[in-house]
Amino acid sequence: MAIKGPVPQIPVPVWRNFKDLQEWETHHQKRPEGDQHSAAFDTVTEGIHSFPGGFLVTTVADNFFNWARKSSVWPVTFGLACCAIEMMATFASRFDVERLGMVPWASPRHSDLMIVSGTVTIKMAPMLTRIYDQMPDPKWAVSMGSCANSGGPFRHGYHVVKGVDRVIPVDVYVPGCPPPPESLLNGLLLLQDQIAHFRRTGKRAEPNPKVD
Amino acid sequence: MSSATVSADEARALIAERFSGSQVEGTSPMVVTVAPDAWLPFAAFAKETLGCRFFSFLSATDWKDEGLEVVAKVDNADTNLSLLVKSRLGAGVTTCASLVPVYRGADWMERECYDMFGIRFEGHPDLRRILLQDDWVGHPLLKSYAVDTPYPPYR
Repeated sequence: MAIKGPVPQIPVPVWRNFKDLQEWETHHQKRPEGDQHSAAFDTVTEGIHSFPGGFLVTTVADNFFNWARKSSVWPVTFGLACCAIEMMATFASRFDVERLGMVPWASPRHSDLMIVSGTVTIKMAPMLTRIYDQMPDPKWAVSMGSCANSGGPFRHGYHVVKGVDRVIPVDVYVPGCPPPPESLLNGLLLLQDQIAHFRRTGKRAEPNPKVD
Repeated sequence: MSSATVSADEARALIAERFSGSQVEGTSPMVVTVAPDAWLPFAAFAKETLGCRFFSFLSATDWKDEGLEVVAKVDNADTNLSLLVKSRLGAGVTTCASLVPVYRGADWMERECYDMFGIRFEGHPDLRRILLQDDWVGHPLLKSYAVDTPYPPYR
């Protein structure tokens, strides 16, 4: 996304050499392989695919399942800090994510998406991991706001996790402090786009470029 | 003289009479610097004689080489008398008398102070960490606590 108008010249190489950003490569969580479908689902689709003309069925089925998944992403109700206020505003009537098929759901066992909205403290991280582990596959995570992306203004605090991607694999990073509902909506649309390409690429899309 | 009607001047006179080694500055709040030995007796005196029944907060300051300083604020809500009580523990000293026998509200504040500064309050009924995990190493509000102390895999 190009920024219009005069842009202040930020010495980019300095930031590229910043130790923290290099650290991210070594610390962030990789998504485990084979979490897209259950083995039974893969067997059935491979079977259908092996028949003559079966690819038509599987392609249509893929598209259908992707459409169904991306149209009914249920985020688990999980607010951590002031970003949660913006998340609630996004869920509420004015911005209304329900038109995208998203229903904030109060149980991780019925949810597909976790929006990590706010600062993750070291004390909260085990609970966050537990809630994420309770969600059934396939599942996604959106890191909302600077704190969840990298620790934000509290990065050098003694108790803050330097980015939630050290704890769980993240699909979409939404920058901002806090991100307004429009930003989060954009992130959710990016996520829907990733889900729509879920099966066709054979693996998940790479996370969008991280912006602190 | 009823404790509910102690004015600031009377309080200053009483403090000078009972705690001769203390320094008193200002009026609102009245900053009283006492010796560490007088920490608990002064709290009892402030509650019973000066009527400061409301325990506002307790914290500490790390003055590096000069050691730690505990700070507590107690208020008399009837006469608007508020006392900011300070006490330098001295270099290398990490023990202090607990105010819990006098003010029950000091319980969690002293636990937090122990958590952040490592001050061991003697006489506290349940002195353990309150905000950080039980297995945390160090006391993060000390000046000697290194920024970006690693805590794998979180930071």
